[in-house]
Amino acid sequence: MKEYWNLYSAWFHIGLFTFGGGYAMLPMIQKEVIEKHHWASEDEIMDYYAIGQITPGVIAVNTATFVGYKQKGIPGAIICTLGVVSPSLIIITVIAGLIANFSEIPAVQSALRGIQVAVCVLMVNAIIKLFRKGVTDIPSFLICAAAFILSYFTNISTVVLVIAAGITGYVLFTVRGLKEADHE
Amino acid sequence: MSEFWLMCWEFFKTGLFAVGGGLATVPFLREMSVKYGWFTMEKLTTMIAVSESTPGPIGINMATYVGYETFGIPGAIGATLSLVTPSIIVICVIAKMLEKFRTSKIVQGVFTGLRPAVVGFILSAVISIFLISLFCIPEFQASGNMLDLFNWKGILLFAALLAFTSWKKDLHPIFMILIAAAAGILFSF
Repeated sequence: MKEYWNLYSAWFHIGLFTFGGGYAMLPMIQKEVIEKHHWASEDEIMDYYAIGQITPGVIAVNTATFVGYKQKGIPGAIICTLGVVSPSLIIITVIAGLIANFSEIPAVQSALRGIQVAVCVLMVNAIIKLFRKGVTDIPSFLICAAAFILSYFTNISTVVLVIAAGITGYVLFTVRGLKEADHE
Repeated sequence: MSEFWLMCWEFFKTGLFAVGGGLATVPFLREMSVKYGWFTMEKLTTMIAVSESTPGPIGINMATYVGYETFGIPGAIGATLSLVTPSIIVICVIAKMLEKFRTSKIVQGVFTGLRPAVVGFILSAVISIFLISLFCIPEFQASGNMLDLFNWKGILLFAALLAFTSWKKDLHPIFMILIAAAAGILFSF
């Protein structure tokens, strides 16, 4: 029982003290999972992280699930995930309630409209970073452009587009592999 | 299917298909907004701001917020648990065959397509957010005056913040959001 509690509270801490998720989470994970509890080595965490990025879902949750599964199997995976989402559930519910109650005040509305602009800036910076990392050659540029056009101008669901992008990538990768094999 | 379970199902699908972390959920949320009208795009922008400036993974914060807006506290819990369920299943399967997964040609191939596509999906959600934050399309449609199309104060603040962040690259999102909130109140946006 105590081990489950340790898993839950460690991931609760990680959820509570990281802002923004993604790489912002690594220092807290290092402190709790590697240094304090020795549940995983540095290399293992980097592996979990890398896989967390290419598997569906939130990266922090994927990493928590990995660590929990390694310690206590499926129940451990569930406990760690619940731990990392608990702070969000509490904090966001409180803030959402507050915003709903105060959103009629003109100053709050003005502040929210200013914040919308900040979100635009955050998203532009995020997109530039993602673009530099993910779009590196002509085929990847074409995939990115097609994904944008189809998701912006048509009603095709994102799920279908994700599957189509995965298949396109697989075909492209295989064809490239065959061409390289021909050259050798 | 009741509306509540429909929402949980939508979040389950998001958890299963949003690859690449928190922001990858935004295109799915935009789709929910358009398809079901559970929240407006304007509200979604506020949710992104709150999710970025509060503790916790962005994707989880967004799910909790959307769930709360739609069905109160049960909605918050339902949306969040639905979002993480696919992760738990997928990761437990992968953890069993870690080596195979890492070297798999299929995984590498699929990811070759997904990585650039996700950028395109997020870009389309970003443009929707731009249109409501920096432009005044309803006012423009009412008056037909080109000058009414632009939210001038917003565009000025946008330019100023963008310049500021390219100068001070490690500025934390919270500070930018606070500056923008102050500017919003000061210049009555």
